[in-house]
Amino acid sequence: MTDAKMVLMANQIASFFETQPGDQVAGVAVHLKDFWEPRMISQLKTYLGQGGEGLHALVVEAGQAL
Amino acid sequence: MKDFIIPWETGTGVYDDVDRGTPAKTGKPVTLTIDGMEITVPEGTSVMRAASELGIQVPKLCATDSLEAFGSCRLCAVEIEGRRGTPTSCTTPVHAGMKVHTQTEKLRKLRKGVMELYISDHPLDCLTCAANGDCELQDMAGAVGLRDVRYEAPKSGVLANHFEARNTSGEANPEWLPKDDSNPYFTYDPSKCIVCNRCVRACEEVQGTFALTIEGRGFDSRVAVGAENFLASDCVSCGACVQACPTATLQEKSVIEMGTPDRSVVTTCAYCGVGCSFKAEMQGDQLVRMVPYKHGKANRGHSCVKGRFAYGYATHKDRILHPMIRDSIDLPWREVSWDEALSFAAKKLVGLQEKYGQKSIGVITSSRCTNEETYLVQKLTRAVFGNNNTDTCARVCHSPTGYGLGQTFGTSAGTQDFDSVEKSDVVMVIGANPTDGHPVFASRLRKRLRQGAKLIVVDPRRIDLLETPHLGEAHHLALRPGTNVAVVSAIAHVIVTEGLYDPTFIAERCDLDAWEDYKAFISDERHAPEATEALTGVPALTLREAARAFAQGGNGAIYYGLGVTEHSQGSTTVMAIANLAMMTSNIGREGVGVNPLRGQNNVQGSCDMGSFPHELPGYRHVKLPEVRRIFEDTWGVALDPEPGLRIPNMLDAAVDGTFKGLYCQGEDILQSDPDTKHVAAGLAAMECVIVHDLFLNETANYAHVFLPGSSFLEKDGTFTNAERRINRVRKVMAPKNGYEDWQVTQMLANAVLKETGGKPWNYTHPAEIMAEIAATTPSFAGVDYALLEEKGSVQWPCNEDHPDGTPLMHVDGFVRGKGRFIVTEYIATDEKSGPRFPLLLTTGRILSQYNVGAQTRRTENVVWHDQDVLEIHPHDAENRGLRDGDWVRLASRSGETSLRAKITDRVSPGVVYTTFHHPDTQANVITTDYSDWATNCPEYKVTAVQVSPSNGPSEWQERYIAQAEQSRRIEAAE
Ligand code: SF4
Ligand code: SF4
Ligand code: SF4
Ligand code: FES
Repeated sequence: MTDAKMVLMANQIASFFETQPGDQVAGVAVHLKDFWEPRMISQLKTYLGQGGEGLHALVVEAGQAL
Repeated sequence: MKDFIIPWETGTGVYDDVDRGTPAKTGKPVTLTIDGMEITVPEGTSVMRAASELGIQVPKLCATDSLEAFGSCRLCAVEIEGRRGTPTSCTTPVHAGMKVHTQTEKLRKLRKGVMELYISDHPLDCLTCAANGDCELQDMAGAVGLRDVRYEAPKSGVLANHFEARNTSGEANPEWLPKDDSNPYFTYDPSKCIVCNRCVRACEEVQGTFALTIEGRGFDSRVAVGAENFLASDCVSCGACVQACPTATLQEKSVIEMGTPDRSVVTTCAYCGVGCSFKAEMQGDQLVRMVPYKHGKANRGHSCVKGRFAYGYATHKDRILHPMIRDSIDLPWREVSWDEALSFAAKKLVGLQEKYGQKSIGVITSSRCTNEETYLVQKLTRAVFGNNNTDTCARVCHSPTGYGLGQTFGTSAGTQDFDSVEKSDVVMVIGANPTDGHPVFASRLRKRLRQGAKLIVVDPRRIDLLETPHLGEAHHLALRPGTNVAVVSAIAHVIVTEGLYDPTFIAERCDLDAWEDYKAFISDERHAPEATEALTGVPALTLREAARAFAQGGNGAIYYGLGVTEHSQGSTTVMAIANLAMMTSNIGREGVGVNPLRGQNNVQGSCDMGSFPHELPGYRHVKLPEVRRIFEDTWGVALDPEPGLRIPNMLDAAVDGTFKGLYCQGEDILQSDPDTKHVAAGLAAMECVIVHDLFLNETANYAHVFLPGSSFLEKDGTFTNAERRINRVRKVMAPKNGYEDWQVTQMLANAVLKETGGKPWNYTHPAEIMAEIAATTPSFAGVDYALLEEKGSVQWPCNEDHPDGTPLMHVDGFVRGKGRFIVTEYIATDEKSGPRFPLLLTTGRILSQYNVGAQTRRTENVVWHDQDVLEIHPHDAENRGLRDGDWVRLASRSGETSLRAKITDRVSPGVVYTTFHHPDTQANVITTDYSDWATNCPEYKVTAVQVSPSNGPSEWQERYIAQAEQSRRIEAAE
């Protein structure tokens, strides 16, 4: 998928967990692990490696945990 | 109509099909004597019904047990000791100690007299009548021993009657009316009407449409449709009146053509998630008619136009009956043997995996196929392909339900049975249009609304439910598309800040920390209806009144549909709905609950059966080793612990070049999924697309292998409806394509296993597949075909703890333990209207068509809907210089299409609405690839668009039609 679409999808997840009480980073990380297929996760990681432009802060942090 | 004894099960019990004359009642037992025999029945039961339970059928004409007694024909008169006269047994309730006589000399005379009168105004053409052998008038003439009719025309003229077009001297009879055959499925022949009023009552009591009335009095009284004919009237062709009619006055055209059936088999409708039970009435292997089955627990003897009448697609000439292959999609199709097609497909799939990796292929299961078939398709990818790339069209409809209810309650399913609505006092319908999408449920709901239940509708459009005849208090929250979370949260805000919630229930049943967090969140002023009014378009006062009505009105039930799920915040809205039910303690008993109205017949089942890429059957994540082990032991292979691709991800990966092969059973993703151009690009990038379907659907334009499918009439299996009810589907004829669909999947699996050297599958009947499901899935542990045969149907969970299934969920505690409140912040979708695309498009469907229309478009149902139209508010139409019926161009940032405009104030200014039943319109060219944050369920319900005048179909549409025609060519066999 295009990076733009991936960023949008990841940020949507972050925007939800941002509103939740409790550990928001873990929320994003678990959600990504549970629902994203490995090639989507690796696209995200690669993108993070390149600077992760436009990614929500929670996604960036969760990305470390993946 | 006359009853059929079902050959495989006679006598009493679940399959007893006798017409007992009046409906069953519940009440304390009352004992009486009828013809010297003692019987005990519930208080309120009629004498007629009590007699019938003794095996005594009192003659009757105007009574039938689907309708309340009316007492007009007087044929059912009886004598009661100590009472004067001859009361009608259908309208007389039982009393303790009553002594009834159903056959006396006096009664015999009286009944003969009644019949004589009826017959004197009836054409005596029984031998050539369509109802011959299936006519209650005929039966009653026999039952009362009518031997001659003494009424004779006076010498001076003719006896006034309704059945002769002309009298003996050739003059037109003013009382005679011609047959009305405007409805495609049944006729109305007034000359045979006995004015028993059953049709009128069926339309009111059972269907709730009130299309029929009796006009005139005495001899002049007639059934009237309030319009020129049935087709032009309010009639929605549900067929309830036809079924209720004791004569041939209202008669199915199929019976007129074919004659009466000789056997019947109970099966389940394959259209919507209501899951109506039907008797398929047969002559040999020909289907004569479908009659809703009165012991069907979802439908209680009712149906809609689709299930009862729209089965013609099963024998439509467009059906493909032979496997076909082609090397590339620009070539014509070539018919080949099953062996050749399967080995062609298997070699391609195995080759793709070798070249591009194990995860380069996958499957899409069908929400129209049976549980057993779906189970096999997901097993194919997990156990044979060795990955979790399985998804189903529930992705594009109810996946947020799975996520949202799973998070809050702990399980992904509706909490009630359909009977529950009979106990509801206030019903909230959010983003659903039951009269069109779930018609039989709508009829049951309307009945409750007529009895005084309150209605709250949350929908951008004024849906038909709001026009229910005899509707009492109703609230319409006509919100702006995309603001569901804001509206439902505002309702919750009112309930919490006005102290209308139930602290006891919350303390006992819910996670208190989560509640405290939620309470603080929702009490904030930003959720107040006054604060959200500008955003949602719902006046604050209207919203407050609705919230109060819901919280204080007694049993509150929530029903919701795709207008909730198909949004970027679909999952959040589902959670908001669950919050609402928990805070008002509307969960865990009859009359309340959270009920997703599932779109297709087996959406529930396909989700239960492990169609989602992250979940094995029974909603258990693939990451859990203990769950994988169960299946690894059963299947004898190691399973992939990582989630697979969802449909949109598959298409993205295909465009990226990492996903190459797809087996798609009974789904038409090209037409049904959003952003058609993106779907087409994904499909075109794949090297092996296998379509398994009844017809060359739109997706098949991009397919390399076509495996012909079997209709629901041609296979055994089970469907699970929106109430978690597992219903049997029974084979009533041999598959026209040669194999049932589960057999085709098994053959494909075995062809692949032959290539890879695996051990072949060898199921010989779907019952064996169900046994495997029960053995591996705790909520199905108690389900087997013998149980279904015995009980008719069962609602999961069905296991040791619930041997008879579970009509109501979360009764003593939530499946997850404590119910969990979840904070539901409104986040606006990225899809916003603006100067280029100033209107919001939302989509839906109509009664006579189903989903992408592949089936219903191939039936006479097209008389009601032959094209998709765009509903637009008069104000927006005027601004654009549009008139009703004009061609308009509908454009979004994804694409454009053309269709005709319908100007109506059912939609608010700024909102336009259309359906997606016709491939030529391709409404999904317009929809975007935005999706629900949690599940990727596409945001069908909100697209920013512009509407402008146009001359006809767009260039894209014309090109599309040409390309579709091109790709459907089939090479002539040599
Ligand atoms: S078919 Fe249904 S809607 Fe039409 S008149 Fe009969 S009962 Fe009423
Ligand atoms: S049409 Fe049939 S059901 Fe209706 S009044 Fe006439 S005979 Fe009775
Ligand atoms: S389409 Fe739905 S409501 Fe209509 S008969 Fe079938 S299951 Fe019942
Ligand atoms: S059947 Fe009782 S009055 Fe007609």
